[in-house]
Amino acid sequence: MTPAAANGATADRIESTDTLFELLQGFVQDLRTAGLPVSLSENIDAAIAVKHIPIEDRNAFKYALAATLVKNNSHWKTFETLFEVYFSLRGREYSLGSDGDDDPFDNPDYDPNEEGQDGERGMGEGGGQGLSPEELAELLFQALMKGDEQLMRALARQAVKRYAGMEPGRPVGGTYYLYRTLRNLDLDGMMERLMEQSRQEAGELTSLEERLERDEFESRIDKLKKEIEAEIRRRLVADRGAEAMAKTLRKPLPEDVDFMHASREEMANLRKAIYPLTRKLAVRLARKRRHQRRGQLDFRRTVRHSLSYGGVPAELVFRHPRPAKPEIMVVADISGSVAAFARFTLHLVYAISGQFSKVRAFVFIDGLDEVTKFFEGVDDITQAVHRVNTEADVVWVDGHSDYGHALEVFWDNYGKEISSKSTVMVLGDARNNYHASQAWIMKEINQKARKLFWLNPEPKAYWDTGDSIVGEYGAHCDGVFEVRNLRQLEKFVDNLV
Amino acid sequence: MCAMTHRFESVEAVREGLAQVDYLSDDSIAGIAYLADRLGKPVLIEGPAGTGKTQLAKSIAEMTGARLIRLQCYEGLDEAKALYEWNYKKQLLRIQAEGDGVEWDDVQEDIFSNEFLLERPLLEAIRADDPVVLLIDEVDRVEVETEALLSDYQVSIPELGTLEAKQIPLVFLTSNSTRELSEALKRRCLFLHLDYPDLAREKQIVLTKVPDITDNLADQVARIVRSIRQLELKKAPSVSETIDWARTLILLGIEKITEQDAINTASILLKYRSDIDKVVKEYSSNSAAHFQASGS
Repeated sequence: MTPAAANGATADRIESTDTLFELLQGFVQDLRTAGLPVSLSENIDAAIAVKHIPIEDRNAFKYALAATLVKNNSHWKTFETLFEVYFSLRGREYSLGSDGDDDPFDNPDYDPNEEGQDGERGMGEGGGQGLSPEELAELLFQALMKGDEQLMRALARQAVKRYAGMEPGRPVGGTYYLYRTLRNLDLDGMMERLMEQSRQEAGELTSLEERLERDEFESRIDKLKKEIEAEIRRRLVADRGAEAMAKTLRKPLPEDVDFMHASREEMANLRKAIYPLTRKLAVRLARKRRHQRRGQLDFRRTVRHSLSYGGVPAELVFRHPRPAKPEIMVVADISGSVAAFARFTLHLVYAISGQFSKVRAFVFIDGLDEVTKFFEGVDDITQAVHRVNTEADVVWVDGHSDYGHALEVFWDNYGKEISSKSTVMVLGDARNNYHASQAWIMKEINQKARKLFWLNPEPKAYWDTGDSIVGEYGAHCDGVFEVRNLRQLEKFVDNLV
Repeated sequence: MCAMTHRFESVEAVREGLAQVDYLSDDSIAGIAYLADRLGKPVLIEGPAGTGKTQLAKSIAEMTGARLIRLQCYEGLDEAKALYEWNYKKQLLRIQAEGDGVEWDDVQEDIFSNEFLLERPLLEAIRADDPVVLLIDEVDRVEVETEALLSDYQVSIPELGTLEAKQIPLVFLTSNSTRELSEALKRRCLFLHLDYPDLAREKQIVLTKVPDITDNLADQVARIVRSIRQLELKKAPSVSETIDWARTLILLGIEKITEQDAINTASILLKYRSDIDKVVKEYSSNSAAHFQASGS
């Protein structure tokens, strides 16, 4: 089968090197727009690299570009999506057509641009539009059961065509179409059916087998979802053009996602991102501690080393300085809006607790409770944080933030224990619901503590608006910081040590 | 200088060559090795521990019959350990052995000659006549300032002048990404991210590396490892740990892994107590199953 006329034309154009070069420049431009830092020399490398790789080999071509243009793994996804939008719709390889012939399922209509051809193509048991929803579901079930990727791809196309309700020029994003398609496919129900089927086939499944089967099906369903997403993208590109599509693909990296407005999916990504981040941070801090400038001359070891040079002190040996470790007190607001922020900060602080002589944690809403014990001797910080959220006694009257009262409790019960070694960090948006601020406590704390910091997860522009009184507290702090995302949090903690 | 003879014919050839030395590559790995040769650029390999970063460099060396020169990076690595160093002790001895009556100029020329030069890995790779593969391991451990030393093909020694590469060696830098590498280094290198392999490839790796294993068991091993990697762990099992685990199962004469087997041998796959506990908790069908450390 031949690709649609429009694609055929692009495919021919791509033959000449000049056009390929121009295409590449456009691609690089779009990568930059999407936030990937592509330097001039990388651009040149890419241009040289593609000369060695035939563009027909789509995969090799992709990896060649990736190797020269993408130098950070978290940019990979953006790159891949853009690549697909930019190149997969051009070139004669246009995969919509190429693998159609050996498709086991009688070529269900493959090309989104060829709506008109549905009827003409022999479809065996029923043409593209001829499949009833039940048949489609049944075929999908079979495909998932067998892990037949070709069939899954074909069905993903069918599903998008049938359920997404895509119309030319409609100004909605891809996620809307994705949602519509997935809702109609009922993949959760499908999952249960698959499990049921494999239980019947194998007789009784042990719980291990059951788990492995589930993982397998989950990964197949994931693949299906990706196919559906890809299909939606293809159609959007066909509708709006590659350049327009590329602009809409910019998504914030996990470390740039705002704590207070993260969606559920973004939250999950954040949680995944925080662990490697803390480990990196811990390694870096330990190294920094050891390698901060040289200390005094170590006379004894210098003399010892000079013996191997016949008494000439050719190698000077210095002592390593050992700066004192600070003691940290974290006082965190864990009421609704800022809970996620408190959670991440606690997580991060505890992950690097080796860098501090002692870490104590307090949480509050309108009452205040010490939660240090939840973290003691626990390996799994996630679990400890979870316990903080469920077990800590933080409600005094009505469960609405009352910074004034919380600070009062903190000062009365733990004020004595603040010493000149302690660094106190208060986390919260300082939205006090118009209670008394009790800002004098901050002043007292600052006089006793080594440092007093306030971390606010709200954008700076919102500070001191409405019931936010961060300015009043901030006046008594050594620093007030806007910490809206992981990147800012990491930076703050880095400087703290 | 570098004669333009290429080491590899095509991406496919790289792939097959690597397979012959028991390294299972994929499109991206083979493609980048091929490009590294064609463009004469170093390859920066990044990824979690135990995914075969170092092994890739070793396998390429074995495949091309080149000598592998390895520079293990550590904090505080400096020019003297990476590039070259004058052999002070030998120089001192030379001066002392001379006695009186010898002109200073003669001595000076003499003690700053090749004889007193200690070649460190980078210089060695650049000056080599035979084909070499240079492996700079764990480059993320050196300080940012030292990084610049590591990706250049020439070395200046004040007393001897600038030494240029006789041939451009294949250079591989590996990183566990404990810190962001500098933009400059990244710009100069081709970038390859090696992640845990997918199910099919991991199974193939197990089949190649553990000769006695049955197809069935290898499949099960790969599946269980994939499932464990999906948990939130401190340290997910690496490929080498998968292989160790498969070997253990063979030694124990296990043909089909039951939950109890998996739990008993979890300590081979996982290195943290809390990770093991988590897996045991996930995999025990009921609370009656107790974990017992296997082996020693």
